[in-house]
Amino acid sequence: MIILVLAPIVLPALAGLAYAAVGWQRRTAWLGALAAAGVLASGIALAVVVTRTHPRTGLGGLLRADALSAYMVIVIGAIAVLAMAASPAYLAGELASGHTDARATRRYGILTQAFIAAMNTAVLAASLGVLWAAIEATTILTAFLVGHRHTRGSVEAAWKYVVVCSVGIALAFLGIVLLNYAAVHTGLPATHAMDWTSLTANAHALDPGVTRMAVALLVLGFGTKTGLAPMHAWLPDAHSQAPAPVSALMSGVLLSVAFYAILRVKVISDAALGGGFARTLLLIVALASITLAAALLLAQRDYKRMLAYHSIEHMGLIALGAAAGSQLAIAAVLLHILGHGLAKAVLFLSSGHLHQALGSSHIHAVRDLAGRAPLLAGTFGVGLLALLGLPPFSLFASELGMFRAGFAAGLGWAVTLALASMLVIFAAVAAHAGDMLLGSRDQPPTATATATATATTVPLRLPSTAAAALIAGLGVCAVLGITAWPLQALLHAAALAAGGT
Amino acid sequence: MSETTYVQLLDLACGVFLLAAVLILWRRQLSAIVRLFTIQATALAGLVAVLAVHQHDTELGAVAVGILLLRAVLLPLLVRRALEASGEARETQPLVNVTASLLAAAVLALLAYAVTQPVVRLSPSPATHAVPVAVTVVLLGFFVLVTRRRALSQLAGFLLLDNGITAAAFLTTAGVPVVVELGVSFDVLLAVLVLQVLTSRMRAVFGSTDLDELRELHD
Repeated sequence: MIILVLAPIVLPALAGLAYAAVGWQRRTAWLGALAAAGVLASGIALAVVVTRTHPRTGLGGLLRADALSAYMVIVIGAIAVLAMAASPAYLAGELASGHTDARATRRYGILTQAFIAAMNTAVLAASLGVLWAAIEATTILTAFLVGHRHTRGSVEAAWKYVVVCSVGIALAFLGIVLLNYAAVHTGLPATHAMDWTSLTANAHALDPGVTRMAVALLVLGFGTKTGLAPMHAWLPDAHSQAPAPVSALMSGVLLSVAFYAILRVKVISDAALGGGFARTLLLIVALASITLAAALLLAQRDYKRMLAYHSIEHMGLIALGAAAGSQLAIAAVLLHILGHGLAKAVLFLSSGHLHQALGSSHIHAVRDLAGRAPLLAGTFGVGLLALLGLPPFSLFASELGMFRAGFAAGLGWAVTLALASMLVIFAAVAAHAGDMLLGSRDQPPTATATATATATTVPLRLPSTAAAALIAGLGVCAVLGITAWPLQALLHAAALAAGGT
Repeated sequence: MSETTYVQLLDLACGVFLLAAVLILWRRQLSAIVRLFTIQATALAGLVAVLAVHQHDTELGAVAVGILLLRAVLLPLLVRRALEASGEARETQPLVNVTASLLAAAVLALLAYAVTQPVVRLSPSPATHAVPVAVTVVLLGFFVLVTRRRALSQLAGFLLLDNGITAAAFLTTAGVPVVVELGVSFDVLLAVLVLQVLTSRMRAVFGSTDLDELRELHD
């Protein structure tokens, strides 16, 4: 069984080593997708094992897999399969247009695989300390992926990303130090004071004053990495500058992996301080994120930044669901994490091909997409519908679940506020999407759009390998919306592990 | 070591640690900031060494040597190399001038004392009584980060913040588990390496490391 706990980390690490040895070539291009499929398969196997029996540990107690960890491995695996299956076509386009070279693609192969391995380490960590180190490692690994194009924009985005996220995560470390201090004073041995199991078992004995500081710092720190307002400043820049498959991974799963840390901290906080403290913190950041996203989406002119702000909104919704805290709410939060990841990955991958062909990420540069590239317009449009929470996609079901749980928990006012902002977001995004997909080409395009549109050599169409991955992603999202039965038992067990009451 | 010498040495190390942080606010010469940072890191290593001798803990002694090598030798070396590559010697236009910065430092110190009361109360000892000093350094690092305009000053602010957190870790519980400590040190080293590379790229693309130049992406 230990092999199942190690596989999600070892498989991408091996693929990364292979890229380091032979580079990104025609025959190695699919290795990343293969490793990601292995992660997904071991996640599913792990889920079956831990829901039927008991949580597993590995590597001398450094790793531990319960239902929540197994679910997160499945989420990472699913979105990694999408991103890695779309990578060969994307990189072929980058190579054709001269934006990248053999050295950069080799580095891309190594860093993306190491990035996936680090995320899996984070969700499989048995202790807060290992989780912290893994999440900080994701920042470092993705820094050069964000800055891969060496343009002014990408260097700026990479700098902001590393500085803001490292500082945020450093504050989380101060929280860990304080929690460790409080835990050692409850009589836990220093070597195991940071383990989830022992922390949860001793949570009632933690000193409330110190724990309160620690929890606030941890939510602030991991919240920075989740892109929750007011610590979101790096997110639109980093997500709009990274290569499309990396944006898909960062927006689709990395944010949720950071939020997973908050869910774990919330369990300890609820046991030590009562439910009110974490709920207040989460409500503040949730409502701030949703309102801010609504305000900035209204006048957005860049479609990649539009997707990035949409991520901030969805992370806010997830925080709102976690604030409600009931078992239904947590199950809905977890389903939302998967649904958002799939839809956002499809959208970022589609927008990557748009950007390659048009050379601009300006909304006005894209006109009449439905007429010019129907398949690309289809995946982009349907992805947006899923993301806006329309049925039959799973985001509809999970948002409904979170709102119902919110009303049941007496947070009706917060849910109403969130719904009002979501209405604004719906209108704004629908208007932008209408312009991009159906807008007539007769309108005068902007100066930047004409200047760059003529310079590119990549045709505006969706390569067939990428199209297959994107349609599969949307299909899974729709099926999960109609029936969540394959996940029901797992969601239930994971919500229990995340302290749903 | 007698109890009084222990307390005196501990307070000396903490005093130097705090003073170096305040002087970093005062100086604008980037090379002076790197020198002060080396002094501060040495004080941090000294602090851990004092704790190690007091607790007769050889493992902690080894950690002190590791901290000295990483933070007082390797990190300043990397920052100095980035400094030479950037070719800029002075912090030209901080958002807040020196006098106001020093006043702000005093306010931040008071704030640190106020918020760390629960920490001291949980187990009053000479070491935990020094935790407010560590938290003050964290806040000063944060202050440097948000008010300075040069890429390298921001890097110094980040390192200051990180030193403060490390000091807090050792003052509260003689550190977090060794695996975590190793992971943390490795991550900090890599973060500084990444920022060093980005600084030289920034100079190549923008022609300077003035962060005000970073105006490409906004809404």
